[in-house]
Amino acid sequence: MEALRQQFFNLAIMERALPLLLMGLRQTAILCLLLVPLGLSGGLLSALLSRSRARAMRWLALVAIDFFRAVPPLVLLIFIYSGLPFAGLRPSPLTAVAVAFFLNTSSYYGEIYRAGIESIPAGQWDAARSTGLSSAQAMIYVVMPQAVRNVLPDLVSNTVEVVKLTSIASVVALPELLYSADMARSVTFNSSPLVLAAAIYLLLLWPVVRLVSRLERRIAA
Amino acid sequence: MELHSAFLEAFFKWNLIERYFPAIMKGVGVTVEIAAAVVLTGICAGLALAVIRAFRARPINVVIVLFADALRALPPLVLVLLVYFGLPNLGINLPSFAVLWIVLSLVLAAFCEEIFWAGILSVPKGQWEAARSTGLTFLGTLSYVVLPQAVRLTVPPITNRTIAITKNTALGTVIGVGEILNQATTAQSFSGNATPLMMGAIAYVILFIPVVALGRFLETRFRWRRA
Repeated sequence: MEALRQQFFNLAIMERALPLLLMGLRQTAILCLLLVPLGLSGGLLSALLSRSRARAMRWLALVAIDFFRAVPPLVLLIFIYSGLPFAGLRPSPLTAVAVAFFLNTSSYYGEIYRAGIESIPAGQWDAARSTGLSSAQAMIYVVMPQAVRNVLPDLVSNTVEVVKLTSIASVVALPELLYSADMARSVTFNSSPLVLAAAIYLLLLWPVVRLVSRLERRIAA
Repeated sequence: MELHSAFLEAFFKWNLIERYFPAIMKGVGVTVEIAAAVVLTGICAGLALAVIRAFRARPINVVIVLFADALRALPPLVLVLLVYFGLPNLGINLPSFAVLWIVLSLVLAAFCEEIFWAGILSVPKGQWEAARSTGLTFLGTLSYVVLPQAVRLTVPPITNRTIAITKNTALGTVIGVGEILNQATTAQSFSGNATPLMMGAIAYVILFIPVVALGRFLETRFRWRRA
Protein backbone atom coordinates (compact mmCIF):
# COMPACT_ATOMS: atom_id res chain seq x y z
CA MET A 1 0.00 0.00 0.00
CA GLU A 2 2.85 2.31 0.93
CA ALA A 3 4.63 1.39 -2.32
CA LEU A 4 1.48 2.28 -4.23
CA ARG A 5 1.33 5.68 -2.57
CA GLN A 6 5.05 6.30 -3.09
CA GLN A 7 5.04 5.28 -6.74
CA PHE A 8 1.75 6.69 -7.97
CA PHE A 9 0.59 9.40 -5.59
CA ASN A 10 3.84 10.96 -4.45
CA LEU A 11 2.78 14.53 -3.70
CA ALA A 12 6.32 15.86 -3.41
CA ILE A 13 7.17 14.64 -6.90
CA MET A 14 3.86 15.83 -8.29
CA GLU A 15 4.53 19.28 -6.89
CA ARG A 16 7.94 19.38 -8.53
CA ALA A 17 6.56 18.16 -11.85
CA LEU A 18 3.56 20.48 -11.88
CA PRO A 19 5.22 23.53 -13.56
CA LEU A 20 6.54 21.33 -16.37
CA LEU A 21 3.13 19.70 -16.79
CA LEU A 22 1.40 23.06 -16.91
CA MET A 23 3.72 24.09 -19.72
CA GLY A 24 2.77 20.86 -21.47
CA LEU A 25 -0.89 21.60 -20.86
CA ARG A 26 -0.43 24.96 -22.58
CA GLN A 27 0.97 23.18 -25.64
CA THR A 28 -1.92 20.73 -25.56
CA ALA A 29 -4.38 23.63 -25.43
CA ILE A 30 -2.66 25.34 -28.37
CA LEU A 31 -2.73 22.07 -30.30
CA CYS A 32 -6.47 21.67 -29.66
CA LEU A 33 -7.19 25.26 -30.71
CA LEU A 34 -5.34 24.57 -33.93
CA LEU A 35 -6.43 21.00 -34.67
CA VAL A 36 -10.14 21.08 -33.84
CA PRO A 37 -11.01 23.99 -36.21
CA LEU A 38 -8.72 22.46 -38.82
CA GLY A 39 -10.56 19.14 -38.56
CA LEU A 40 -14.01 20.75 -38.47
CA SER A 41 -13.36 22.73 -41.65
CA GLY A 42 -11.59 19.83 -43.38
CA GLY A 43 -14.53 17.65 -42.43
CA LEU A 44 -16.98 20.09 -43.95
CA LEU A 45 -14.94 20.10 -47.14
CA SER A 46 -14.79 16.30 -47.29
CA ALA A 47 -18.55 16.02 -46.60
CA LEU A 48 -19.34 18.44 -49.42
CA LEU A 49 -16.93 16.70 -51.80
CA SER A 50 -18.38 13.30 -50.96
CA ARG A 51 -21.80 14.63 -52.00
CA SER A 52 -20.51 16.37 -55.10
CA ARG A 53 -22.47 16.03 -58.30
CA ALA A 54 -19.37 14.91 -60.21
CA ARG A 55 -19.15 11.17 -59.87
CA ALA A 56 -15.34 11.03 -60.02
CA MET A 57 -15.05 13.63 -57.25
CA ARG A 58 -17.51 11.73 -55.08
CA TRP A 59 -15.57 8.50 -55.45
CA LEU A 60 -12.25 10.20 -54.84
CA ALA A 61 -13.57 11.75 -51.63
CA LEU A 62 -14.99 8.44 -50.38
CA VAL A 63 -11.76 6.56 -51.14
CA ALA A 64 -9.73 9.22 -49.32
CA ILE A 65 -12.07 9.15 -46.32
CA ASP A 66 -11.92 5.36 -46.02
CA PHE A 67 -8.16 5.36 -46.57
CA PHE A 68 -7.50 7.83 -43.75
CA ARG A 69 -9.95 6.05 -41.47
CA ALA A 70 -8.10 2.77 -42.09
CA VAL A 71 -4.62 4.05 -41.23
CA PRO A 72 -4.04 4.45 -37.48
CA PRO A 73 -3.27 8.11 -36.70
CA LEU A 74 0.05 7.21 -35.09
CA VAL A 75 1.13 5.41 -38.28
CA LEU A 76 0.17 8.45 -40.34
CA LEU A 77 2.05 10.75 -37.98
CA ILE A 78 5.23 8.67 -38.00
CA PHE A 79 5.03 8.27 -41.76
CA ILE A 80 4.85 12.03 -42.20
CA TYR A 81 7.42 12.84 -39.54
CA SER A 82 10.07 10.24 -40.31
CA GLY A 83 9.13 9.13 -43.82
CA LEU A 84 8.82 12.44 -45.66
CA PRO A 85 12.43 13.52 -44.94
CA PHE A 86 13.41 10.78 -47.38
CA ALA A 87 11.50 12.69 -50.04
CA GLY A 88 13.38 15.85 -49.16
CA LEU A 89 10.67 17.35 -46.92
CA ARG A 90 11.50 17.95 -43.27
CA PRO A 91 8.31 18.82 -41.41
CA SER A 92 8.70 20.18 -37.87
CA PRO A 93 6.88 18.15 -35.19
CA LEU A 94 4.06 20.70 -35.21
CA THR A 95 3.66 20.61 -39.00
CA ALA A 96 3.73 16.81 -38.98
CA VAL A 97 1.07 16.70 -36.25
CA ALA A 98 -1.08 19.28 -38.04
CA VAL A 99 -0.96 17.45 -41.37
CA ALA A 100 -1.57 14.00 -39.85
CA PHE A 101 -4.47 15.28 -37.75
CA PHE A 102 -5.95 17.21 -40.65
CA LEU A 103 -6.06 14.07 -42.80
CA ASN A 104 -7.31 11.81 -40.02
CA THR A 105 -9.84 13.99 -38.21
CA SER A 106 -11.26 15.53 -41.39
CA SER A 107 -12.33 12.05 -42.47
CA TYR A 108 -14.10 11.41 -39.17
CA TYR A 109 -15.74 14.83 -38.96
CA GLY A 110 -16.63 14.51 -42.66
CA GLU A 111 -18.51 11.26 -42.09
CA ILE A 112 -20.42 12.85 -39.22
CA TYR A 113 -21.44 15.89 -41.25
CA ARG A 114 -22.46 13.63 -44.10
CA ALA A 115 -24.72 11.58 -41.84
CA GLY A 116 -26.22 14.86 -40.63
CA ILE A 117 -26.85 16.20 -44.12
CA GLU A 118 -28.39 12.89 -45.16
CA SER A 119 -30.73 12.98 -42.17
CA ILE A 120 -32.46 16.08 -43.59
CA PRO A 121 -35.48 15.13 -45.70
CA ALA A 122 -35.42 16.10 -49.39
CA GLY A 123 -38.53 18.23 -48.82
CA GLN A 124 -36.41 20.74 -46.90
CA TRP A 125 -34.21 21.17 -49.94
CA ASP A 126 -37.12 21.49 -52.31
CA ALA A 127 -38.92 23.98 -50.09
CA ALA A 128 -35.77 26.09 -49.61
CA ARG A 129 -35.03 26.11 -53.32
CA SER A 130 -38.61 26.95 -54.21
CA THR A 131 -38.47 30.11 -52.07
CA GLY A 132 -35.73 31.32 -54.42
CA LEU A 133 -32.67 30.41 -52.32
CA SER A 134 -29.66 29.29 -54.34
CA SER A 135 -28.40 25.79 -53.58
CA ALA A 136 -25.50 27.24 -51.57
CA GLN A 137 -27.93 29.37 -49.57
CA ALA A 138 -30.22 26.40 -49.04
CA MET A 139 -27.23 24.48 -47.69
CA ILE A 140 -26.03 27.26 -45.39
CA TYR A 141 -29.33 28.58 -44.04
CA VAL A 142 -31.65 25.58 -44.13
CA VAL A 143 -29.88 22.24 -44.28
CA MET A 144 -26.66 22.72 -42.29
CA PRO A 145 -28.22 24.20 -39.13
CA GLN A 146 -30.59 21.25 -38.85
CA ALA A 147 -27.92 18.74 -39.86
CA VAL A 148 -25.45 19.98 -37.25
CA ARG A 149 -28.14 19.89 -34.56
CA ASN A 150 -28.93 16.27 -35.42
CA VAL A 151 -25.31 15.13 -35.15
CA LEU A 152 -24.19 17.43 -32.34
CA PRO A 153 -23.47 14.58 -29.89
CA ASP A 154 -21.27 12.88 -32.47
CA LEU A 155 -19.43 16.11 -33.23
CA VAL A 156 -18.77 16.71 -29.54
CA SER A 157 -17.72 13.12 -28.91
CA ASN A 158 -15.36 13.20 -31.89
CA THR A 159 -13.87 16.39 -30.53
CA VAL A 160 -13.16 14.57 -27.26
CA GLU A 161 -11.38 11.93 -29.35
CA VAL A 162 -9.30 14.64 -31.06
CA VAL A 163 -8.28 16.16 -27.73
CA LYS A 164 -7.31 12.71 -26.44
CA LEU A 165 -5.45 12.02 -29.66
CA THR A 166 -3.18 15.05 -29.20
CA SER A 167 -1.32 12.83 -26.72
CA ILE A 168 0.29 10.94 -29.63
CA ALA A 169 2.17 14.14 -30.52
CA SER A 170 4.46 13.13 -27.64
CA VAL A 171 5.84 10.37 -29.89
CA VAL A 172 7.38 12.97 -32.23
CA ALA A 173 8.75 14.92 -29.22
CA LEU A 174 6.23 17.73 -29.31
CA PRO A 175 6.30 18.89 -25.67
CA GLU A 176 2.59 18.59 -24.88
CA LEU A 177 1.06 17.32 -21.63
CA LEU A 178 1.87 13.62 -21.97
CA TYR A 179 5.38 14.32 -23.25
CA SER A 180 6.11 16.55 -20.27
CA ALA A 181 4.70 13.99 -17.86
CA ASP A 182 6.76 11.20 -19.39
CA MET A 183 9.88 13.40 -19.20
CA ALA A 184 9.21 13.97 -15.51
CA ARG A 185 8.65 10.25 -15.05
CA SER A 186 11.95 9.29 -16.65
CA VAL A 187 13.83 11.85 -14.57
CA THR A 188 12.25 10.89 -11.24
CA PHE A 189 11.82 7.13 -11.88
CA ASN A 190 8.36 7.56 -10.46
CA SER A 191 4.92 7.21 -12.04
CA SER A 192 3.31 10.07 -10.13
CA PRO A 193 3.79 12.64 -12.94
CA LEU A 194 1.86 10.31 -15.27
CA VAL A 195 -0.90 10.02 -12.67
CA LEU A 196 -0.97 13.81 -12.44
CA ALA A 197 -1.22 14.11 -16.23
CA ALA A 198 -4.06 11.56 -16.21
CA ALA A 199 -5.80 13.62 -13.53
CA ILE A 200 -5.49 16.75 -15.68
CA TYR A 201 -6.92 14.98 -18.74
CA LEU A 202 -9.77 13.67 -16.58
CA LEU A 203 -10.48 17.10 -15.15
CA LEU A 204 -10.69 18.55 -18.66
CA LEU A 205 -12.58 15.79 -20.44
CA TRP A 206 -14.81 14.20 -17.83
CA PRO A 207 -17.45 16.97 -17.96
CA VAL A 208 -17.51 16.71 -21.75
CA VAL A 209 -17.87 12.92 -21.66
CA ARG A 210 -20.83 13.34 -19.27
CA LEU A 211 -22.30 15.98 -21.57
CA VAL A 212 -22.06 13.63 -24.55
CA SER A 213 -23.88 10.88 -22.66
CA ARG A 214 -26.67 13.33 -21.80
CA LEU A 215 -26.94 14.73 -25.31
CA GLU A 216 -27.10 11.22 -26.71
CA ARG A 217 -29.90 10.24 -24.39
CA ARG A 218 -31.86 13.40 -25.10
CA ILE A 219 -31.77 12.82 -28.84
CA ALA A 220 -32.56 9.12 -28.49
CA ALA A 221 -35.62 9.91 -26.38
CA MET B 1 12.01 11.01 -64.58
CA GLU B 2 14.84 11.75 -62.16
CA LEU B 3 12.34 12.73 -59.46
CA HIS B 4 10.28 9.67 -60.15
CA SER B 5 13.15 7.27 -59.62
CA ALA B 6 14.26 9.13 -56.48
CA PHE B 7 10.77 8.65 -55.12
CA LEU B 8 10.82 4.92 -55.92
CA GLU B 9 14.27 4.68 -54.37
CA ALA B 10 13.07 6.25 -51.10
CA PHE B 11 9.67 4.59 -50.71
CA PHE B 12 9.52 1.47 -52.90
CA LYS B 13 13.03 0.07 -52.97
CA TRP B 14 12.63 -3.47 -54.22
CA ASN B 15 15.47 -5.23 -52.39
CA LEU B 16 14.29 -3.67 -49.10
CA ILE B 17 10.75 -4.82 -49.76
CA GLU B 18 12.10 -8.32 -50.20
CA ARG B 19 14.33 -8.12 -47.14
CA TYR B 20 11.73 -6.72 -44.72
CA PHE B 21 8.63 -8.49 -45.98
CA PRO B 22 8.96 -11.28 -43.37
CA ALA B 23 9.36 -8.76 -40.52
CA ILE B 24 6.30 -6.77 -41.60
CA MET B 25 4.29 -10.00 -41.90
CA LYS B 26 5.37 -10.93 -38.39
CA GLY B 27 4.08 -7.54 -37.29
CA VAL B 28 0.79 -8.21 -39.07
CA GLY B 29 0.51 -11.47 -37.11
CA VAL B 30 1.08 -9.69 -33.80
CA THR B 31 -1.35 -6.88 -34.65
CA VAL B 32 -4.06 -9.35 -35.65
CA GLU B 33 -3.55 -11.47 -32.51
CA ILE B 34 -3.68 -8.53 -30.13
CA ALA B 35 -6.61 -6.94 -31.98
CA ALA B 36 -8.58 -10.20 -31.87
CA ALA B 37 -7.86 -10.64 -28.16
CA VAL B 38 -8.88 -7.04 -27.42
CA VAL B 39 -12.13 -7.34 -29.40
CA LEU B 40 -13.06 -10.55 -27.60
CA THR B 41 -12.30 -9.49 -24.03
CA GLY B 42 -13.35 -5.86 -24.50
CA ILE B 43 -16.80 -6.55 -25.94
CA CYS B 44 -17.53 -9.40 -23.49
CA ALA B 45 -16.46 -7.32 -20.50
CA GLY B 46 -18.51 -4.36 -21.75
CA LEU B 47 -21.61 -6.53 -22.15
CA ALA B 48 -21.08 -8.08 -18.71
CA LEU B 49 -20.81 -4.61 -17.13
CA ALA B 50 -23.98 -3.41 -18.87
CA VAL B 51 -25.85 -6.52 -17.64
CA ILE B 52 -24.61 -5.98 -14.09
CA ARG B 53 -25.71 -2.36 -14.36
CA ALA B 54 -29.20 -3.53 -15.32
CA PHE B 55 -29.63 -4.94 -11.81
CA ARG B 56 -29.53 -1.31 -10.64
CA ALA B 57 -27.59 -1.94 -7.45
CA ARG B 58 -26.63 1.62 -6.55
CA PRO B 59 -23.07 1.23 -5.16
CA ILE B 60 -22.02 -1.17 -7.93
CA ASN B 61 -23.45 1.12 -10.59
CA VAL B 62 -21.54 4.11 -9.25
CA VAL B 63 -18.33 2.13 -9.66
CA ILE B 64 -19.27 1.04 -13.20
CA VAL B 65 -20.14 4.59 -14.27
CA LEU B 66 -16.92 5.97 -12.79
CA PHE B 67 -14.91 3.29 -14.57
CA ALA B 68 -16.63 3.89 -17.91
CA ASP B 69 -16.33 7.68 -17.67
CA ALA B 70 -12.66 7.64 -16.68
CA LEU B 71 -11.64 5.23 -19.42
CA ARG B 72 -13.57 7.18 -22.01
CA ALA B 73 -11.98 10.46 -20.94
CA LEU B 74 -8.34 9.34 -20.70
CA PRO B 75 -6.12 9.12 -23.78
CA PRO B 76 -5.19 5.43 -24.28
CA LEU B 77 -1.51 6.32 -24.63
CA VAL B 78 -1.53 7.79 -21.11
CA LEU B 79 -2.95 4.52 -19.78
CA VAL B 80 -0.47 2.44 -21.76
CA LEU B 81 2.50 4.37 -20.33
CA LEU B 82 1.05 4.43 -16.84
CA VAL B 83 0.50 0.68 -16.71
CA TYR B 84 3.73 -0.16 -18.51
CA PHE B 85 6.00 1.96 -16.32
CA GLY B 86 3.91 1.85 -13.16
CA LEU B 87 3.28 -1.83 -12.54
CA PRO B 88 6.95 -2.89 -12.32
CA ASN B 89 7.29 -0.44 -9.42
CA LEU B 90 4.71 -2.52 -7.57
CA GLY B 91 6.63 -5.69 -8.35
CA ILE B 92 4.28 -6.74 -11.15
CA ASN B 93 6.13 -7.42 -14.38
CA LEU B 94 3.93 -7.93 -17.40
CA PRO B 95 5.20 -8.37 -20.95
CA SER B 96 4.45 -5.33 -23.10
CA PHE B 97 1.91 -7.12 -25.32
CA ALA B 98 -0.07 -8.03 -22.19
CA VAL B 99 -0.04 -4.38 -21.08
CA LEU B 100 -1.37 -3.30 -24.47
CA TRP B 101 -4.00 -6.03 -24.44
CA ILE B 102 -5.23 -5.20 -20.94
CA VAL B 103 -5.34 -1.43 -21.49
CA LEU B 104 -7.14 -1.58 -24.84
CA SER B 105 -9.58 -4.20 -23.51
CA LEU B 106 -10.48 -1.94 -20.59
CA VAL B 107 -10.97 1.06 -22.91
CA LEU B 108 -13.12 -0.96 -25.29
CA ALA B 109 -15.09 -2.39 -22.36
CA ALA B 110 -15.82 1.13 -21.09
CA PHE B 111 -17.17 2.30 -24.45
CA CYS B 112 -19.12 -0.92 -25.03
CA GLU B 113 -20.67 -0.77 -21.58
CA GLU B 114 -22.05 2.71 -22.36
CA ILE B 115 -23.34 1.64 -25.78
CA PHE B 116 -24.96 -1.58 -24.52
CA TRP B 117 -26.48 0.31 -21.61
CA ALA B 118 -27.97 2.90 -23.98
CA GLY B 119 -29.32 -0.05 -25.98
CA ILE B 120 -30.88 -1.63 -22.90
CA LEU B 121 -32.46 1.71 -21.93
CA SER B 122 -33.91 2.08 -25.42
CA VAL B 123 -36.08 -1.01 -24.97
CA PRO B 124 -39.49 0.27 -23.79
CA LYS B 125 -40.57 -0.47 -20.24
CA GLY B 126 -43.63 -2.34 -21.47
CA GLN B 127 -41.36 -5.02 -22.88
CA TRP B 128 -39.92 -5.62 -19.41
CA GLU B 129 -43.33 -5.68 -17.77
CA ALA B 130 -44.86 -7.96 -20.36
CA ALA B 131 -41.96 -10.39 -20.19
CA ARG B 132 -41.97 -10.45 -16.37
CA SER B 133 -45.74 -10.98 -16.29
CA THR B 134 -45.39 -14.12 -18.41
CA GLY B 135 -43.36 -15.54 -15.54
CA LEU B 136 -39.87 -15.00 -16.93
CA THR B 137 -37.27 -14.23 -14.29
CA PHE B 138 -35.28 -10.99 -14.36
CA LEU B 139 -32.33 -12.68 -16.07
CA GLY B 140 -34.66 -14.51 -18.44
CA THR B 141 -36.28 -11.23 -19.44
CA LEU B 142 -32.89 -9.64 -19.94
CA SER B 143 -31.42 -12.44 -22.02
CA TYR B 144 -34.47 -13.50 -24.08
CA VAL B 145 -36.40 -10.26 -24.50
CA VAL B 146 -34.37 -7.14 -23.81
CA LEU B 147 -30.84 -7.95 -24.98
CA PRO B 148 -31.81 -9.36 -28.41
CA GLN B 149 -33.57 -6.07 -29.20
CA ALA B 150 -30.93 -3.89 -27.54
CA VAL B 151 -27.94 -5.56 -29.19
CA ARG B 152 -29.38 -5.11 -32.66
CA LEU B 153 -29.41 -1.35 -32.18
CA THR B 154 -25.87 -1.32 -30.90
CA VAL B 155 -24.24 -3.09 -33.86
CA PRO B 156 -23.07 0.02 -35.78
CA PRO B 157 -21.70 2.05 -32.86
CA ILE B 158 -19.99 -1.01 -31.38
CA THR B 159 -18.41 -1.81 -34.75
CA ASN B 160 -17.11 1.71 -35.23
CA ARG B 161 -15.76 1.93 -31.72
CA THR B 162 -14.12 -1.49 -32.04
CA ILE B 163 -12.40 -0.46 -35.27
CA ALA B 164 -11.12 2.74 -33.68
CA ILE B 165 -9.74 0.89 -30.67
CA THR B 166 -8.14 -1.98 -32.58
CA LYS B 167 -6.28 0.65 -34.62
CA ASN B 168 -4.79 1.76 -31.30
CA THR B 169 -2.72 -1.44 -31.32
CA ALA B 170 -0.23 0.84 -33.12
CA LEU B 171 0.34 2.54 -29.76
CA GLY B 172 2.11 -0.67 -28.72
CA THR B 173 5.14 0.49 -30.68
CA VAL B 174 5.84 3.05 -27.93
CA ILE B 175 6.36 0.27 -25.36
CA GLY B 176 8.07 -2.08 -27.82
CA VAL B 177 5.29 -4.48 -28.82
CA GLY B 178 6.46 -6.02 -32.11
CA GLU B 179 3.39 -5.04 -34.12
CA ILE B 180 3.38 -3.62 -37.66
CA LEU B 181 4.43 -0.06 -36.84
CA ASN B 182 7.18 -1.27 -34.53
CA GLN B 183 8.59 -3.62 -37.17
CA ALA B 184 8.37 -0.86 -39.76
CA THR B 185 10.15 1.82 -37.70
CA THR B 186 12.84 -0.65 -36.62
CA ALA B 187 13.43 -1.67 -40.25
CA GLN B 188 13.42 1.98 -41.28
CA SER B 189 16.16 2.91 -38.84
CA PHE B 190 18.26 -0.13 -39.84
CA SER B 191 17.94 0.49 -43.56
CA GLY B 192 17.96 4.28 -43.54
CA ASN B 193 15.12 4.23 -46.03
CA ALA B 194 11.40 4.95 -45.88
CA THR B 195 10.38 1.80 -47.77
CA PRO B 196 9.57 -0.19 -44.58
CA LEU B 197 7.33 2.65 -43.36
CA MET B 198 5.49 2.56 -46.66
CA MET B 199 5.13 -1.22 -46.31
CA GLY B 200 3.76 -0.80 -42.80
CA ALA B 201 1.23 1.80 -43.93
CA ILE B 202 0.14 -0.44 -46.80
CA ALA B 203 -0.22 -3.38 -44.42
CA TYR B 204 -2.55 -1.32 -42.22
CA VAL B 205 -4.60 -0.22 -45.21
CA ILE B 206 -4.96 -3.82 -46.43
CA LEU B 207 -5.95 -4.96 -42.93
CA PHE B 208 -8.36 -2.18 -42.09
CA ILE B 209 -10.01 -1.09 -45.37
CA PRO B 210 -12.30 -4.16 -45.35
CA VAL B 211 -13.17 -3.48 -41.71
CA VAL B 212 -13.93 0.18 -42.39
CA ALA B 213 -16.06 -0.84 -45.36
CA LEU B 214 -17.90 -3.33 -43.14
CA GLY B 215 -18.54 -0.55 -40.63
CA ARG B 216 -19.94 1.66 -43.38
CA PHE B 217 -22.20 -1.17 -44.56
CA LEU B 218 -23.51 -1.90 -41.06
CA GLU B 219 -24.12 1.79 -40.48
CA THR B 220 -26.52 1.99 -43.41
CA ARG B 221 -27.96 -1.46 -42.66
CA PHE B 222 -29.02 -0.84 -39.06
CA ARG B 223 -29.51 2.85 -38.38
CA TRP B 224 -28.60 3.71 -34.80
CA ARG B 225 -30.88 6.72 -34.56
CA ARG B 226 -33.93 7.27 -36.58
CA ALA B 227 -33.16 10.89 -37.32
